[in-house]
Amino acid sequence: MIPIVSVKNVSKTYQGGFEALKDVSLDILDGEILALLGPNGAGKTTLISAICGIVETSAGSISVGGHDTVANFREARRLIGLVPQEIALEPFEKVINTVRFSRGLFGKPKDDAYLEKILRQLSLWDKRDARTRELSGGMKRRVLIAKALAHEPRILFLDEPSAGVDVELRKDMWEIVRGLQKDGVTIILTTHYIEEAEAIADRVGVINGGEILLVRDKHELMTQMGQKELRIELQQPLAAIPKSLESYALSLEQGGTLLIYTYDTGAERTGITTLLGDMAKAGIALRDVVTRQSSLEEIFVGLVGETA
Amino acid sequence: MNLQAVKAIYIYEMTRFFRTLMQSFISPVISTCLYFVVFGAAIGSRIDSVEGISYGAFIVPGLIMLSVMTQATANASFGIYFPKFLGTIYELFSAPVSFFEIVLGYVGAAATKSFFIGIIILITANLFVELPIAHPIAMMAFLVMTCVSFSLLGFIIGIWAQNFEQLQLIPLLVITPLVFLGGSFYSISMLPPVWQTITMFNPVVYLISGFRWAFFDTADVPIVVSLLAITVFTGICLLVIGWIFKTGYRIKS
Repeated sequence: MIPIVSVKNVSKTYQGGFEALKDVSLDILDGEILALLGPNGAGKTTLISAICGIVETSAGSISVGGHDTVANFREARRLIGLVPQEIALEPFEKVINTVRFSRGLFGKPKDDAYLEKILRQLSLWDKRDARTRELSGGMKRRVLIAKALAHEPRILFLDEPSAGVDVELRKDMWEIVRGLQKDGVTIILTTHYIEEAEAIADRVGVINGGEILLVRDKHELMTQMGQKELRIELQQPLAAIPKSLESYALSLEQGGTLLIYTYDTGAERTGITTLLGDMAKAGIALRDVVTRQSSLEEIFVGLVGETA
Repeated sequence: MNLQAVKAIYIYEMTRFFRTLMQSFISPVISTCLYFVVFGAAIGSRIDSVEGISYGAFIVPGLIMLSVMTQATANASFGIYFPKFLGTIYELFSAPVSFFEIVLGYVGAAATKSFFIGIIILITANLFVELPIAHPIAMMAFLVMTCVSFSLLGFIIGIWAQNFEQLQLIPLLVITPLVFLGGSFYSISMLPPVWQTITMFNPVVYLISGFRWAFFDTADVPIVVSLLAITVFTGICLLVIGWIFKTGYRIKS
């Protein structure tokens, strides 16, 4: 599949010497939802800004829809819509006017029917004549999305779409994103909420310290890197792990009533059968058995911790 | 050329202008009326005429220039500074527009606004004094060029300014004094010889003199020199904007 956005060996050093991106390469596929995951200051916003043309790169090249973002910036930028992290709107302007302005700015002729469609989709149609300062924070964020979609982009960048947004609205936002994907829009979102990436992304890229640590299919990532836990609740508490079970990676918790066995789902033999057999031999009675897959969060913390 | 974008910026800016009609239109008109009352009626009644022109009429070109220069600078600088201040400028930089198109949109709108204000003051002035216009085409040309060049200057200030104080600094500390000392309310020939020489270093003198020539066919400096002065001034502004465009000064990191 030909990537719709291709970032090749891009570096960015800001004036003052801060290296925000270090030799980053990334391919974004047509129609996918890619989540860029990373802590604050990891370089997520710089990467997005470089693709959108807000930040000039120090080295490397970026192409969008086959157009170089410097040499053919007009063609490249027409394909892109950007929703910035900070809410930035002119307070005294009407919603409809600010959306119309965005459409014109991207070189598209007036099309109020299309704008109505977007505003309805984002539940903003009733607010079209309201001044943006009269809107709630969540509504303002929707206006920013409407502005970004006003010129019918094929790629939408959402920089921390759920920063400072309540749970309800975050779920709404995810619905909107999924709806856009159905319409054929490629979506790249940055987040430091793992939950968000887990909920809506097709692929997850982890970025830290200006470097992309990995980009992987979300499910693949979770099974590949994920460790599973077998949590065994015991009928009688144990004072210590019995000698016969010492060869297993076990830990004893909750006052000796919970045995946790960590194993790799990718391994050929998980060792569960023999463990349970050995426990029966040792005369340990079980109350309950639960397995738990590690979340993206744990994977993420593991990865970022390694490079720190 | 993304003409749609130029149009979008222009319309957006003009909408803001009409939304703030009170500040944009009425306040320059009121302040002009005050000038007429104070200088034209109160003080002017004691002054017969300057170079054969009644004092009330004599000050009109200077008054128009005063308003047009300050309004063009203020409008253009605010127009580009405000998005910078609010953070909405990200949209301009991520849009398929060139810097030239951005300048065209913002400067075009600011120049249009100040042109309107100039015309309104001209009409208002006509209610107070009898105003001959000796060279109407030259008058219009001077007015348009002043609107454009000072809007360009305003745009540069808006890009340069990092806070509201800086935004006000140049209009207050440079433009207003230069206009007041540039012969808005008097003829240069009324000054002592030393000050006449010093005044010649004030670029605004040439603009006001040229503009006054278009009305009354008399000038402090030859009209060709005035034309040259405004051309050079516009040229310098364009060069600075070109340089900003090339280096990304204070607009791109």
